[in-house]
Amino acid sequence: MTMTDDPIAPQRRARKQARRSMFIRRPFFTVSLIVAVGFVACAVFAPLIAPYDPVQQSITAMMAPPGGAHLLGTDSYGQDILSRIIYGARYALLIAFFAILIGATGGLILGTAAGLTTGWVEWVLLRVIDSILALPSLILAIAVIAILGQGVDKVAIAVGISMIGPFARTVRSDVLQVSSQLFVEAAGLMSITRLTVIWRHILPNIVFPLGVQITVRVSEAILVSSSLSFLGIGVTPPTPDWGLMIAEGRGFVSFAPWMSGMPGIALALLLIALAIVGDGIREEFDPKMRGHQ
Amino acid sequence: MIAAHDVAPAHLPDTTPPEPQVLFELVEVEKVFMVRKPGSLFGGAKVGLPALDGVRLKIRKGASVALVGESGSGKSTLLRVLLGLTRPTQGHALYQGRPIDQVRAEGPAFARQVAMIYQDARGSLNPRMTIAALIAEPLRHFRICPEADIPDRVHSLLARVGLPAEVADRYPAAMSGGQVRRVAIARALASEPTVLVADEAVSGLDVSTQAQLLNLLRRLQRDMALTLVFITHDLGVASYLCEEIAIMYLGRIVETGPTNAVLTAPAHPYARALRRAAPEFFAPISDPLPGEIPSPLDLPTGCRFSGRCDVAQADCHLSDPALVRLGGGASDRAAACFHPLLPDANTDLGHTTATHLKRDIHA
Repeated sequence: MTMTDDPIAPQRRARKQARRSMFIRRPFFTVSLIVAVGFVACAVFAPLIAPYDPVQQSITAMMAPPGGAHLLGTDSYGQDILSRIIYGARYALLIAFFAILIGATGGLILGTAAGLTTGWVEWVLLRVIDSILALPSLILAIAVIAILGQGVDKVAIAVGISMIGPFARTVRSDVLQVSSQLFVEAAGLMSITRLTVIWRHILPNIVFPLGVQITVRVSEAILVSSSLSFLGIGVTPPTPDWGLMIAEGRGFVSFAPWMSGMPGIALALLLIALAIVGDGIREEFDPKMRGHQ
Repeated sequence: MIAAHDVAPAHLPDTTPPEPQVLFELVEVEKVFMVRKPGSLFGGAKVGLPALDGVRLKIRKGASVALVGESGSGKSTLLRVLLGLTRPTQGHALYQGRPIDQVRAEGPAFARQVAMIYQDARGSLNPRMTIAALIAEPLRHFRICPEADIPDRVHSLLARVGLPAEVADRYPAAMSGGQVRRVAIARALASEPTVLVADEAVSGLDVSTQAQLLNLLRRLQRDMALTLVFITHDLGVASYLCEEIAIMYLGRIVETGPTNAVLTAPAHPYARALRRAAPEFFAPISDPLPGEIPSPLDLPTGCRFSGRCDVAQADCHLSDPALVRLGGGASDRAAACFHPLLPDANTDLGHTTATHLKRDIHA
């Protein structure tokens, strides 16, 4: 430490520090980010990390408890649970990614259209959104699965469709809120065309809240897809899916709790991590919230 | 210059020097909003709410006009009519002799000529655009200068409103209230307008910032020969910035004229009451105007000010006075009053001149 006579220097240093240390100021965010990134790394590099083939059955190592050769134990078919969890992350995140892609795109289009139109067009669009919203996302996903059939891609589509409603609703309310802002009126006053106003002034202001919605709803997508698998109507059995693993271990929970417990812990960890990361991103990067700090 | 329409056009003064071009002309403008009848929960019974009622106003090129009035007097509606955002339900709102909404619909020419500074400057700036992008938007939209010159032009506009060049990369959220107003002014000036319309552009700021902005606006108005329409409820601001004043009460202009003359010797009792209500140094605040501003849904019969007027006479309650020129055709003052206060009648105001009211502001 050196003493300086410049009174501004420490202030400047402090401000620089405050700007840099988001990871220090938000320890939970940092930990959650590491956990979430860890899951993503597991998903990407699953073949390199997993100690066993996730669908390799072994009669000699059935229901082995955690420890030893199988770090998290094995299930009733003798499949290594750790390997299945690592591969399961791949399916969970893949399904969530495509489900969110479908849900957010559909919601953005439907919500923006409903927010910008008036009269009977708005009425029709609102009734469409309402009808999607009327059913809980799990029920709607089950209905879509009933039409499409089972499979990883079908689960992604089903969960995606079930999320269009909530996305569309929030997008519409954001569009209404932004459209009533003065800068939209000011742009109209400048005789900027309506389409340009929508593209330049309205959409950029709803994309950010949409991004926050996505970080929140990723966990919902994972949860719904796991629930579908848990109910036995999601992905088909040998696939290493967390929901499926929890369901398979259900019957043995009294003497082999690791079979359901380990994928359950993995699921809970990922959901909590994603929720905290989503909150942190929202609080840190919203210019309005930043302005009040 | 503002002037009321004379009752008989034949009396219009023709001795005045060549009149500058009339930019805006409002002829008996009425704006009625349909609202649900108060007190009725169900049913669609609607009543008309006259926000503007028989407004006459002329704004000549190069003039600076202050619109003054209480909340709810129709200042903002009048502004929206001037900008072509609201179409009057009755009467004519003309820009260079043609209906404003028609001129606006024809293309960006009107939008380029008439720029607006909002009261909520921060709300009028897109929070997701940098200051440079915000100021560049009108430059690009109206093709003011070639693409390559835009950064230079942005910097010169920032310099003109007294902001350093480094704010160009900031977002509005990172700037103070006074700075944001400067940005709004720079943005309004970007289209090289001939008319600047400002809605309470300096209210809600601390006095030193207000003074800087007022000086800036006055300098800009003189340097660029702008026509300035300034909405305010601060008589001091009006007298500092504007040569002419129009005082509004319940949707009607009740007195117009040169600011100094009107504030020194108001002719309309309401103008006098406003003038008295303005606080002065070392003087107790005079008694406020009795009563509340009536609801525009339930206007009193006769003169709309008769219920609160201290010099009301019998005829005031019978018929509604129109804005007429005072003291013959040569006068540039007008009031909507049957019994205008004569200058020698206000002895109680004799010691106050408008120069007292003028703020001594040095940048």
